[in-house]
Amino acid sequence: MSTVDITVTVNGRAQTRAVEPRLLLVEFLRETLGFTGTHVGCDSCQCGACVVHVDGKSVKSCAMLAVQADGRDVTTIEGLADGDELHPVQVAFREQHALQCGFCTPGMIMSAVDLLNRDPEPDEAAIRLWLNGNLCRCTGYQNIIRAVEAAGVAMRAADNA
Amino acid sequence: MRAERELELRKAGDDASDASRVDGAVGTATPHDSAVLHVNGRATYTDDIPEPRGLLHAAFGVSTEAHARIRGMDLSRVEAAPGVVAVITASDVPGPNNYGAVIADDPILAEDEVVYAGQPVFAVAATTVDAARRAARLADIDYEPLEAILDPETALERESFVLPSTTLARGDADMAIANAPHRLTGTARVGGQDQFYLEGQISIAIPREGGDLFLYSSTQHPGEIQHSVAKALGLAQKDVTVECRRMGGAFGGKESQPALIACTAAILAQRTGRPVKLRLDRDADMIITGKRHDFVSHYEVGFDDTGRILGIRYNHASRCGASADLSGAVNDRAMFHSDNAYFLEHVAIDSHRCKTHTVSNTAFRGFGGPQGMFACEQVVDDIARHLGRDPLDVRRVNFYGTDSRNVTPYGQTIEDNIIAEIVDQLEASTDYRDRRREIEAWNAKSPVLKRGIALTPVKFGISFTATHLNQAGALVNVYTDGTVQLNHGGTEMGQGLFVKVAQVVAETLQIDLSRIRCTASDTSKVPNASATAASAGSDLNGMAARNAAEKIKRRLTGFAAQHYGCDEHEVRFDNNEVHVGGETLSFAELVHAAYMARVSLSAQGFYKTPKIDYDKTTLTGRPFYYFAYGAACTEVVIDTLTGENRMTRVDILHDCGRSLNPAVDLGQVEGGFIQGAGWLTTEELWWNPRGDLKTHAPATYKIPCASDLPPDFRVTLLESSENREDTIYKSKAVGEPPLMLGLSVFHAIRDAVAACSADPKHAPELEAPATPEHVLDAVMTARGDTRV
Repeated sequence: MSTVDITVTVNGRAQTRAVEPRLLLVEFLRETLGFTGTHVGCDSCQCGACVVHVDGKSVKSCAMLAVQADGRDVTTIEGLADGDELHPVQVAFREQHALQCGFCTPGMIMSAVDLLNRDPEPDEAAIRLWLNGNLCRCTGYQNIIRAVEAAGVAMRAADNA
Repeated sequence: MRAERELELRKAGDDASDASRVDGAVGTATPHDSAVLHVNGRATYTDDIPEPRGLLHAAFGVSTEAHARIRGMDLSRVEAAPGVVAVITASDVPGPNNYGAVIADDPILAEDEVVYAGQPVFAVAATTVDAARRAARLADIDYEPLEAILDPETALERESFVLPSTTLARGDADMAIANAPHRLTGTARVGGQDQFYLEGQISIAIPREGGDLFLYSSTQHPGEIQHSVAKALGLAQKDVTVECRRMGGAFGGKESQPALIACTAAILAQRTGRPVKLRLDRDADMIITGKRHDFVSHYEVGFDDTGRILGIRYNHASRCGASADLSGAVNDRAMFHSDNAYFLEHVAIDSHRCKTHTVSNTAFRGFGGPQGMFACEQVVDDIARHLGRDPLDVRRVNFYGTDSRNVTPYGQTIEDNIIAEIVDQLEASTDYRDRRREIEAWNAKSPVLKRGIALTPVKFGISFTATHLNQAGALVNVYTDGTVQLNHGGTEMGQGLFVKVAQVVAETLQIDLSRIRCTASDTSKVPNASATAASAGSDLNGMAARNAAEKIKRRLTGFAAQHYGCDEHEVRFDNNEVHVGGETLSFAELVHAAYMARVSLSAQGFYKTPKIDYDKTTLTGRPFYYFAYGAACTEVVIDTLTGENRMTRVDILHDCGRSLNPAVDLGQVEGGFIQGAGWLTTEELWWNPRGDLKTHAPATYKIPCASDLPPDFRVTLLESSENREDTIYKSKAVGEPPLMLGLSVFHAIRDAVAACSADPKHAPELEAPATPEHVLDAVMTARGDTRV
């Protein structure tokens, strides 16, 4: 099959590859580039385990083609922390015990970061509604919601500092 | 209320920062051992392992028929497809073509007959995932369709069973029912449930040297994978090594089922001499692998004016699917939990293990217990409605006693009964009585929306019912810098087993948790381990790890006493230091000195659960070491025009004994409850008349999402509780019991439906899951409407 040359900036670094037009963004990230923190849970755009940011907005990477990311800026879970310093949402997920098996965690965190970027002070109902596209089978969501709340508090405090 | 919960966690956190204790000591709310890796996306699941050179990808070709004879099979187009390297059928399996966990009725690949739609018939290995999956669709198979039995009731009529029917009886149930002042009959129907672990089934098989094989498998039972693969390949167990660092959820679905995946990858790897990965996509996973058994339970009960049960007869029929798998033990546990928390003096429980032409059902959190308790709770609810009594009062008059009325139908005396105190405490903290009155008044004025409330108990037996499985091993290696690698037969599926067992070792050796690394479950480190199941992971492996750590500690103590010239009782391990007579040295210093003096710093630990003794031919004895208890009070609202329903408030009080890690345990309780609520409300498995499962992806099969969580959710662990048995630091198992707290959701919905009837004694005809359709049906029946 013919290939298309694309250049995608992933976690701050430009990556140029020849890809098949049908290659999914998640396959490009996991298999071509080796960013395996982005998980495949349902293969069908439902579970949210594969959420990444494209130009700063959350996207289910199994619902997007790699060629659609050409020229764009993609952030995966591996690119969220600043070196060894975790993002406040990552800190909160750890501290609030908002994970068990961890398989949904990267997608859940990437979704939550997008929410807090759009709405720095979401109420509980807004958090629930936003996270409906991210399934978790282990936790019952309670601690995940608390983690997003706690991260919001921490991010607002940092902004005000 | 949320504050209450936070306070509880903070309290635990304070313990963690207590300078006199090691970091991560037993009882502290220590984060999951992989938490940082998880939030960074750097925790390695099987599909994330760097792919070995020459890796092939596999896919199954599956049956399109529920029941048929295979007249002929032409795989030439599959073999000729681009990228295909190997195609195998049943005749290519070197050893016995079977991965049956208990009896040999589970072919790896179908032979001349297919017994469910989706059953693997052949497998392909190709250079890419895409090539393998495309090729697998190109087979020409000539089927001669045979009659298919697609539901347990038809199977029961035809006497189609995977295993013989069984009865557990005590006293004279029929006589007690006949002589009782009141009698009722009824039917409880509860659906199955897909495990829906987020990480699908996967295995990678890698040929090594001299014909031996290494496998990565996402499995709760690496030892079973080792045995199954060795058998299928005609190898000895010594020739196969299986490793699993973690699973992305399992819930019982990775107890027996991964053997199919691993055996197939292994056969293809042996045949091609190349590594082979088999990952099922979500649809294939849901179609090919087993689920929770759905049950139809008829009952007949006799009771007195208070609702106390005098005699009861159950007739359970479960959908086992096409083979036995673990269905014997699942149905045994359903029988053992048909009492829930209630004393049934005269009782007869018939259990039929129905064979249907649907996927073979398997383990799922609770393992039959939930289905037995589902039937039981419907009985007490029906009795209460018949008598016009509050269901909680009827529940209470039937509770097991502490000194009398305390022997189960299977003959085990309950020695640790605390259900009455848990229910009393929850009744008070939830204002149950006032709320019930308020709800009744509210319902009387609300024609469309109806509210309901229910408070239900849980008593759950802990141990594998197969006595021999209640054993565990562990390996503790101490290195010369004083750090430790910990290994045990348990597997990590998110439940926090690794961190709990590491806490046990930290406490035992008195070193910080950061000095201990949990290593992947590995059949070459701890052999012959049981599945991580039956809620027994930390009970068994915690004890085995403590045993190993204590061996090393004893050696170090003996060495220190001799080396520094003091009595052994003057050697004290405390918070990363060792006090020897008048001297103090670091743990690492002592370890290094011991090494120089040629003291062994590695030990295997072992544990077997005491006291249990159970005769599976008579179904009597002591199958359980102890019981875990809890209770939940749920309030719901239903829309009587659409059948939609939601939880509005949930209160839970659950007993974890003296918790090893309250944060982990709280997570198990919350997650278990929501999973149980999903089973009983939104998660519906649906087969079409051809026997095709049509709910095989999240688009059609709905597990709970964030908005399904009750807006008011108050979860508390029972305070100052401890296990009366000598379990690891007096903790209690917590994996499965909370799932059954979800029964309160179903009964709250039932309560709301009952409010729709003009007859105050109406018992709703509601089947689980209480989907909007089922609720609407029950509402219309309650109102005497007929459906248009």
